[in-house]
Amino acid sequence: MSSILILGASSDMAVAIARKFAKEKYNILLAARNTAALEALQQDLQIRFGVNATLHAFDAERFDSHAAFYRSLPLQPDITISVFGYLGEQEKAQQDWQEAARIIHTNYTGAVAILNVVAEDYASRKKGIIVGISSVAGERGRQSNYIYGSAKAGFTAYLSGLRNRLFHTGVHVMSVQPGFVYTRMTEHLQLPALLTAQPEAVAGAIWKGVQKKKNTIYVKWFWRYIMLIIKTIPEFIFKKLKL
Amino acid sequence: MEKRLSNWGNYPVISCEEQAFTQEDQLQDIIHRQPGTIARGNGRCYGDASLGIHSISTLKYDKILAFDDENGVFECQSGITLDQILDVIVPKGWFLPVTPGTKYITIGGAVASDVHGKNHHVEGSFSNHIIDMDVVNGEGQTLTCSPSRDADLFWATCGGMGLTGVITRVMFRLKAIDTAYIKQKQIKARNLDEVIRLFEEYKDYTYSMAWIDCLKKGDAFGRSILIVGEHATPEELNARQRQSPLSLPAKKKLSIPFNFPSFVLNTFSVKAFNWLYYNKNIRQEINNVVPYEPFFYPLDAILHWNRGYGKAGFVQYQFVLPLEQKEGLATILRRISDKGWGSFLAVLKVFGRQESLISFPMEGYTLALDFPVRKGLFPFLDELDELVLQFGGRIYLSKDARMKREIFWQSYPGATRFAEIVRHYNAGQRFRSLQSDRLQITPVAE
Ligand SMILES: Cc1cc2nc3c(=O)[nH]c(=O)nc-3n(C[C@H](O)[C@H](O)[C@H](O)COP(=O)(O)OP(=O)(O)OC[C@H]3O[C@@H](n4cnc5c(N)ncnc54)[C@H](O)[C@@H]3O)c2cc1C
Repeated sequence: MSSILILGASSDMAVAIARKFAKEKYNILLAARNTAALEALQQDLQIRFGVNATLHAFDAERFDSHAAFYRSLPLQPDITISVFGYLGEQEKAQQDWQEAARIIHTNYTGAVAILNVVAEDYASRKKGIIVGISSVAGERGRQSNYIYGSAKAGFTAYLSGLRNRLFHTGVHVMSVQPGFVYTRMTEHLQLPALLTAQPEAVAGAIWKGVQKKKNTIYVKWFWRYIMLIIKTIPEFIFKKLKL
Repeated sequence: MEKRLSNWGNYPVISCEEQAFTQEDQLQDIIHRQPGTIARGNGRCYGDASLGIHSISTLKYDKILAFDDENGVFECQSGITLDQILDVIVPKGWFLPVTPGTKYITIGGAVASDVHGKNHHVEGSFSNHIIDMDVVNGEGQTLTCSPSRDADLFWATCGGMGLTGVITRVMFRLKAIDTAYIKQKQIKARNLDEVIRLFEEYKDYTYSMAWIDCLKKGDAFGRSILIVGEHATPEELNARQRQSPLSLPAKKKLSIPFNFPSFVLNTFSVKAFNWLYYNKNIRQEINNVVPYEPFFYPLDAILHWNRGYGKAGFVQYQFVLPLEQKEGLATILRRISDKGWGSFLAVLKVFGRQESLISFPMEGYTLALDFPVRKGLFPFLDELDELVLQFGGRIYLSKDARMKREIFWQSYPGATRFAEIVRHYNAGQRFRSLQSDRLQITPVAE
């Protein structure tokens, strides 16, 4: 049976992804800071889908522990997916370096730190798939969330470079740009229903994307075009907008 | 997030702040932060029982915690829906001990309404099959209760419409099955007397219910189709079904994508139903073996059929009368058919004996039918309530959106005791709904 490592397994999106891959008979390695909170999900996956699910302590911000974390896994997963992220609060992050650092380190540094380790392993074995969940917020900095956006922009660039490099070793890298998703992280926000995806839709899109070895997927197709428009607004106009 | 929410009847619609939780500490946090909140499952109660200024969605608290497939014991978090459970248990030869007419309800909702199925007369309501459960009370503490442990909390939670607290975990017994099929029998009854006689005659069947025509008058008053069934044995299946007796062929679901203008369901589709249920069944009796889904959940094949009643929404009127009140049943049914406002079809069932504090079932006949919301409807239903009360019956809280508080307090003998227990566990009345305020179970403080 194939297996998938889910980094940041306690989010709503991660739960949906775990269930989708378990349904397709993948064994699931769930990694998160608080593994006790994942015990229910572990049982759930095993009972519902008859697969094996294991729990592994992982802290995205403890970069130095990442290599040891990966070595300690019971097996090398066929697919590694990085789901973790931290939205944070833009205004707070403007004044408070702790908040800014947390946003940058969780969304960028931490992701690079762990995926570097995974990439080395996959490159040497000449197989494997890496999936990174980035964000449309990384496509152009906006005043409302540019710290988060810039970290995600860095992550998106990292993934495309990694894809370029690993292509030559037979390893595939897929970037996911989910757009708005209904999760606990966003439940206090007023999201436009038409533009917002359910976590299950994200999981379904990731499954399909992996099957077809897509490079970049947008969960709702029109996000690609929305971002295209946003990216083509000339800077002298864009800077005047309140986005 | 502030949302427009309504339950299955699309009446009433309110503005509500809904929050979800995936861990127990998040739930405690919500309870502490928000006085005045109510648990909400999948919104399949018809009226206002799970609506309030704040609601706590359980849908993300949906993990299966244990499934003993040797002994048929299932343990899960409260937000899981019955269809998800069926997907896991049926292939292993188990079934829900009690199921309502839709599988899109949560386990929390099943307990809070203490739901009944077509088998109430033999197997009771959902609470009869619970081993134990956890309830998070008004102070945010998790209490484990069962018929033998904190029994007052247990019985006030079964059918208690979320007012004792948030049910978070339930362990219950399943029922063994050999196949995913039902051997059913459909029998035409010419009128109300005949269908009641048939219920008597077929009372040994595990599952029974009748579709009853509410519009016919005269000799055909109460004409109906009684449907009874048993879980089929492998020998009763045909060759194709026998190849994998515990799995069903996959089907596509139809959906009604938007609200129909209200006349549609009242004329066209009602006539279609009429045709389907009466004229297609030319024979007096039909016997066949069908998958469990159309037998238990005939309406689930059409997702969102509730939108067929249009924007104003509808209420479902479900009452129960004691067994000896057959005349009462006829009287009320006649009032409904004379008025001609109700749905063409109603569901008639027989309940068995049940001792309970606040759950709906009592030994007798229960009738349920839809009324599209229109001018004059509520006064008319108030008149029916008076009759129900006179005949010693009561109204199902899970379907109610409009009952007057006196009717509730007079018709539920356990109401006072129930309210006391609620006050004890639901300190400061943190859990309250539009319904509990309307019925004054959680009276608004002056
Ligand atoms: C088509 C259809 C057919 C039906 N047939 C039947 C039937 O045959 N028999 C029957 O008994 N019922 C029937 N019902 C009613 C339905 O079973 C109940 O209303 C059920 O409670 C709905 O569950 P829900 O998860 O949607 O909860 P909701 O509708 O969201 O809530 C219902 C009640 O449960 C409470 N609640 C929900 N979750 C929790 C929790 N975790 N902790 C505490 N309280 C909670 C709410 O506060 C509310 O009072 C039917 C409904 C439909 C739409």
